[in-house]
Amino acid sequence: MADTAITVEGVEKSYGDKKALAGLDLRVARGTVHAVLGPNGAGKSTLVRILSTLLRPDAGRVEVAGHDVVRQAYEVRLRIGLLGQHAALDEELGGHQNLEMFGRLHHLGARHARVRADELLERFGLVDTGRKAVKQYSGGMRRRLDLAASLITDPEVLFLDEPTTGLDPRGRAEVWAAIRSLVGGGTTVLLTTQYLEEADQLADCISVVDAGRVVADGTADELKALTGGDRIDVVLRDAGQLGAAVALLPVGASGVSVDTDRRLLSAPVTDRMAALSGVVRALEEAGIEAEDVALRRPTLDEVFLHLTGDDRRVKEPA
Amino acid sequence: MSTSTHALTDSWTMTRRELAHWARQPVRVVVSLVFPVMLLLMFGYLIGGGRGVQGSYIDYLVPGLLALTMAFGLEGTMIAVTQDLNKGVIDRFRSMPMANGAVLVGRSAADMLQSALALFALMGVGYALGWRADGGLGAFLGAVGLLLLFRFAMLWIGIHLALVAGKPELVQAVQILVWPIGFLSNALATPDSMPDWLGTVVEWNPMSRTAMAVRDLFGGLGADPGHVWPAVVWPLVLLAVFFPLAVRKFGTLSK
Repeated sequence: MADTAITVEGVEKSYGDKKALAGLDLRVARGTVHAVLGPNGAGKSTLVRILSTLLRPDAGRVEVAGHDVVRQAYEVRLRIGLLGQHAALDEELGGHQNLEMFGRLHHLGARHARVRADELLERFGLVDTGRKAVKQYSGGMRRRLDLAASLITDPEVLFLDEPTTGLDPRGRAEVWAAIRSLVGGGTTVLLTTQYLEEADQLADCISVVDAGRVVADGTADELKALTGGDRIDVVLRDAGQLGAAVALLPVGASGVSVDTDRRLLSAPVTDRMAALSGVVRALEEAGIEAEDVALRRPTLDEVFLHLTGDDRRVKEPA
Repeated sequence: MSTSTHALTDSWTMTRRELAHWARQPVRVVVSLVFPVMLLLMFGYLIGGGRGVQGSYIDYLVPGLLALTMAFGLEGTMIAVTQDLNKGVIDRFRSMPMANGAVLVGRSAADMLQSALALFALMGVGYALGWRADGGLGAFLGAVGLLLLFRFAMLWIGIHLALVAGKPELVQAVQILVWPIGFLSNALATPDSMPDWLGTVVEWNPMSRTAMAVRDLFGGLGADPGHVWPAVVWPLVLLAVFFPLAVRKFGTLSK
């Protein structure tokens, strides 16, 4: 199983009555970037805390880099890096002091730890601010330093728990660039995110998690295919005609989603061109005026809502 | 490559971390030294008195305040530990191949060093106000040793309470407990001046025992076994209880 970096089988974890993980299974191939995608409270952070030996699972088996996280926690710790949801840095110390301290705790020795700190500051563009206390850093800088700290030993497996949550677009771009630069170095990355775009941008493979379970696995394209391929969007001039227009779309009314505020109908299609011309003609014949008709691929948002069963926003016509 | 071979280096790294905090915020260290000195000036001059004390009050007060300062150190330890635990950095420590207890050892080393500085600051000001240690070098070192032993016991109580309380808000509540321990003692006044029941409480207070033994040693009265033994045994008993509790609690944290 040398090609598997992370194995999670039937893992359960409860906090009191609340079940955070309810039999979660996951397999991550070595050298890939795997995104765990889910809403708040889906159990993403609990999973990362178990994988990084911070939490003990109630049931199930977890192996990281070939070692059991409960029985061989020390062996696992030698091989992982962790970027938690909150900055895991000493805020009062400088960037260089932080990295040197973590290097010493990885037993690199004093001199090697200092050299490594210099290298990492250089690599993450933090040389100028290496002496400043971390509490004076911007969000993006802090995150980059945090990422640097999780890379002290070039870990085999790197965990990133919502690496860009709370960052502004610029900070997010900085962190994405830093993560991309890691890929290809052979590091296995497991990242959790609530942002579909982030999973789409960074990951080779995505697991959608809801209520402590994996509800779907696959590449972004495979997941998109799950909701039924391409879609047609029709925006009407008059919201009052939405009901009439639903009947004209090439699928049954049950497959159409209606957004009254935006006067928008959306439906899956199989034959793209036939659907497009058919809809335009049917609308014309019925005397319904359309502002816009467009074909598109489903968004991961739709996949996500579809899979997690959270369709409340998308109302079905009565 | 086992955890135990790294225990020493990791502990040293964590102690360096605390010292680096001092270097970044020297004011905080100075303030922590000023507080006991303020107490000395306050009780020595402002409130004055020394109810029921025979002889010079400064000779009574300084050893009492030295012991009180060691007791109040518990608060500082508790605050520092809770703050640390509620910072994200603790997660990084725990996910690293480092010795488990090194964080606590670093804390202890820094707090003991701070307490030693506080002792000498207080003794320096006490000297300026006329307090003298008459017992010779051996008695002097013995007294300092007893004070630091008492502080060490307070330290582990502080660590344990902080780990149990967990949140800074709860620590504030626990902090209030330090005051009765501190003042229900013979630090500032002799039990003779108190109602009987209170006097009994005060005499049993471990802090009173340390203060009493230290007074003897500084006062040139030598080491009265009846006074010294309780000052040795009490802290050891407290340590025997709270040290394993704290280490265990730390090990099972957030499991």
